[in-house]
Formats: sequence, structure tokens, C-alpha cells
Amino acid sequence: MAKIEEYVPLVGQSVIDDLRTLGEHLKGRVIQHINSTPVGGGVAEILNRMVPLLVELGVDTKWDVIKGGEQFFEVTKKFHNSLHGRPEAITENDFEIFMHTSEENIRSVNTYGDIVFVHDPQPIALVRRKADNKWLWRCHVDVSNPNERVWNFLMDFIVKYDSAVFSAPSFSRKLPIRQFLISPSIDPLSAKNRELSEEEVNSVLKKYKIERDKPIITQISRFDRLKDPLGVIEVFLQVKKYTGCQLILAGGTAEDDPEGLQVLEEVKEKAKDDPDIHILLLPHSDIEVNALQRASDVIIQKSIREGFGLTVAEALWKGKPVVASNVGGIPLQIKHKYSGLLCHSVEGASFAVKQLLSSPEYARKLGENGREHIKNNYLITRHLRDYMLLFLSLYHPEDVVQL
Amino acid sequence: MPELTKAKEPFRFCTRLHLSELTGLRASTLGQLLKLIREVPGSSIYHHTHRFLQQHQYLSPEPPNDFAYWVASILGEDELGERLASIDTMQYSTIRDLREKIAFTIERYLKDVPLAKLKFARPGEEFHFIKSVSFILPTKYTAGDLREFAEVLKMITLDSIYFHIFEARLRLEKQTNDFSLWIESSLGDKRLADSISGFDPYTSTLEDLRKKIVRIIEGRISK
Repeated sequence: MAKIEEYVPLVGQSVIDDLRTLGEHLKGRVIQHINSTPVGGGVAEILNRMVPLLVELGVDTKWDVIKGGEQFFEVTKKFHNSLHGRPEAITENDFEIFMHTSEENIRSVNTYGDIVFVHDPQPIALVRRKADNKWLWRCHVDVSNPNERVWNFLMDFIVKYDSAVFSAPSFSRKLPIRQFLISPSIDPLSAKNRELSEEEVNSVLKKYKIERDKPIITQISRFDRLKDPLGVIEVFLQVKKYTGCQLILAGGTAEDDPEGLQVLEEVKEKAKDDPDIHILLLPHSDIEVNALQRASDVIIQKSIREGFGLTVAEALWKGKPVVASNVGGIPLQIKHKYSGLLCHSVEGASFAVKQLLSSPEYARKLGENGREHIKNNYLITRHLRDYMLLFLSLYHPEDVVQL
Repeated sequence: MPELTKAKEPFRFCTRLHLSELTGLRASTLGQLLKLIREVPGSSIYHHTHRFLQQHQYLSPEPPNDFAYWVASILGEDELGERLASIDTMQYSTIRDLREKIAFTIERYLKDVPLAKLKFARPGEEFHFIKSVSFILPTKYTAGDLREFAEVLKMITLDSIYFHIFEARLRLEKQTNDFSLWIESSLGDKRLADSISGFDPYTSTLEDLRKKIVRIIEGRISK
């Protein structure tokens, strides 16, 4: 795991100095993160990296996990989907199961933190233990169009917190408590984002039998309709009419997702053995994702819906020109024509890809701007800073705080 | 090397870190935008007229104004976008005055182009009002004369430069930037102070701004 000083060459000493100063202002406070799982999933991934860094910065940070059985997690999965706006049949029994496990956790989890930082809906009911300490609720889910019944159920708990945190402005609603915008981040020193040697990149290409004889267009995402892999193939076919190029569609394995397997079959069918289309079912390998992104000339993210879309940040961090849909958190990462190209359709995306392939200087400039934008706004160091400011905001209600 | 004037009071460099606070307020039309611009806290107007400066340090020239960007790129009202982008922020010494000017510009446009009232942002593309919460921290750097000042200026964070140039003048209502204030009051060099406060910092990136101020000060030192 990287130490905080290792980020200095990437973000500058002064950024790390600022973090240390903020850490000093939090001396004596215990921050307790609570979520539902120690491994797997985006929340655990980010906490695994952030907790040690916060400790190194002098912030006394702990991490606890609630308990829950299979039934409980089935219900919270349903909640998750319905908050994303997917139709789910939620019954009274589901709410009862949720409350039954929540009450057990309320009895057994010690909420000792000066600041208790609860992540996502699973542990949300713990706020019933609120004493004179401060409580934060971090929503990692896209709630721009939630199932109102589930949202109203959660609202009974949300209003008891001191503040809530969302990842994009469109996820916010009028709330009687303070709410903050904190975007997720990428870790530039992780296996997925660190610099790779040419040999490392080439060995991954060799493994998948990809030659670098034509420009490479890539979309990295699981095989899911919301990521529109069929649309990506259409984009590619339109571009290929005029420019020699190849397409990589790479995503995680989908054994536990019957719909994913079906989508994968449809993708293979649509690709019709075109030798220039590489459909890669990746094992869980961050280095391979990193290498494929680095080997690409253009990265696409043609999602129909997207939470934040960290694959865009990953590509921009590698200085790649990106063509992406104008959905979810993507427009926060790409300003059209400055740090990438935004699109709304297959035609728009293929026009954008053609532009980038035929104007390498323009593509390079967009990639450079994109990298700079990610460096300034979406690295883990900014995330650490925002969290520490968030903790301080609990003790400072004013808009201009003199520390 | 010429003898430099010692400052009556050393300059203490501060920095400013910020957190974005969501208001939950959103606009889909120009009418709603205008109404909310009049109602939201000043820290929201400040956020939407200054966010670009810090988030997009590499873009220049770029209107430091979310309202202009939204009306032009989402509602397709390019002319209003231009009118809003060209508001000369330097002419206003308080957020209240700046808010009034923005509201007046939209109101006037709606009178000139009544059909613009009918434009709607698509779902997901609404204007979301956000507030800026500033945390001001002193840094370890101080300067007792112009040479020390230029040296610190070369290495201080862009957040610090942003704070002393933009936030001090408009949000803390000091009328001018902190650098000019110190140079005039502590070094007695009004000419140099005026040459720094005399240009429009909104048309440069923060990095260019740093270089420009360093150049002016080093020019003064070598005289």
C-alpha cells in the first residue's frame, strides 16, 4: 500500500503539506467509518486505501462493519436497484427484514467515534444510536431518479444525520440537513493506474493476440446493456468504413449475472467474427485493464446510464482522448471539446472518434487537458482533503471558516 | 543588488481550501434560473462565478461562469451566454452587486427575447445550485520584502494565489487583492500595487497569473 509521501511526485509537496495541516486540525477526534463489507465493492476498495492514509495524516480513523445475513443483503440489493430507478417489487416483508437486522446491529455495534461516518443504505439505521457525537451519511448510489417508497423509508433515517454526502449534483434533493458534493476518486498509485513499462503493456497485448498495427479503440466495462456494448460496435463499424482501426471491448467475467452472459452473446453475434473486434472477458486483473487503456488510441464510454463513471477518470489520467456519453458523473469529468468529447448517439460518437483518429494533435491536447483535470480534481489526495474538510465542517457551520 | 524596502508588517501567505455544499435547488428554465439566482445565498453565486478558475486551471481563456456555460450549451441561448460570460467581474466589489448584474442581464434578455422563456433543459441537464464553503488556513510562508515575496510566490500553491487575488477582494470585500494591499500599506509602493490590481485576473489561468505577478515584481526589484 502506498505511503502518503509517495504521492508528492504526482501532486506536489504543497498538496501533501495542506493535508497534514488539516490532519492537525482534526487531532483528538476519532473518525469511525461503518459500512457493510470489508472486501469487494467500490466502498470497501476506497476505504481500504483511504483509512491507512488518513491514519498516516494523523487522523485517528477506525473502520467497522455491520453484520447481516443473506436475506438482509438480498433486501439491500433490491433497495440499491430501486434507488437506481430500476423497477423492483419491494414488499412490507422486505422492510421488516431490513429493520430486524438493523435492530440487531443497533444493539451490537459500538458507535464510539466522535464522527460516525456511515456508508450507503445498509447501515443507515444505526443513526438511532446517535448521542452527542456527529453523524455523516455517505450515499454512493445514483439517487437522481429513485423509487420514492424506498427513498421515503430511508429519509426517516437521513434526516437524523448531521450531514449527507453525494457524488454528483444531480443526486441531491432538498433536505433539512446539510449536504455536500464529494466525487469519488482514482488512486494514481494503484495497479489500475500506475505507470506501466512498454514491456508490461505489450505482454498483455500479446496475451490477447492484439497487434499494434492499427489504431486501437477501447471500451472497458462489464457486459451490461446500460454500458451499451452493441452501440459501441455500431460506432466502430461506422468509423472503420473510413479509417483502419480495431476495437477492444473488455470487461469482467459475468458468471453470476445471467443477463450479463446474454449481453455477451449478443455482443459476439453482432461482432460476427470480425477480426478487428476483440471481445475480452478479463479475469479480475487491474494491471490488464491498465495496459489495455494505455495501449489505446481512443477510449469510449458509451454508457446509457452511469453513476460516476470512474473508467473515464482512469482513461483521462493516462492522457487518453475519450469519447463518452453525457450522462451521470461523466460531464463533471469531461468538458466537451476541452478535455474529451461528449456524445448523445451512435452517430455523434462515431463522428467524434473519426475526428480524434484523423487529428492526432487535437486528440493529444484533449488527453493532456483531461489528465490535468483529473490530477486537479479526481485523485485520491483530493478525496482525502474533501473528507477532512467535511469532518471540520461538522464543527463550523459558517460559509467562510478561518482555521 | 539594490537595497529593498523592509515591510512594516510581513506578508503572511494563507491558503484556501473549499468544499462544495449542495442546496438541492435546480432550474430547468431561464425563469427558474433567474428566480433562484435572486434567492440563493451569496456563497452560491460566488461558487458559480469562480468554480471554473480553480477546477479548470489549464483552460484559458474560459468564462469563469457556470451560468454562461449552462444557458449557452444546455439551453442553446448563445447570445445570453455571451452576455453573461462577458460580465466584467472586476467592476463589482461585492457578491451582492455581482448577483444583481447577473440577474439584470437575464431579465433584460428575457424582455428582448421572450421566446427564450420556453426553453427547457432535458432531464439530467438542469442547473444545480451549489454553495462554496471556504476554509482559510495560514501557511508557513511569510515575506518581509519584495525579493522574499517573489520567491514565495514562485512556489506557493495555486490555491494560495487564488485566495489572495480573488477571494480576498470579492468574498471578503477588501476592495482590492491582498498583494496590492500589502505592497501599498506595508511597503508604500502605490505604483507597484496599482500595476498588480490594474489588470483583469479573470482572463488568465492561475499559473499564468503567478508568472505575471512574479514578472512585475522582479521588474520592480531590478530597477
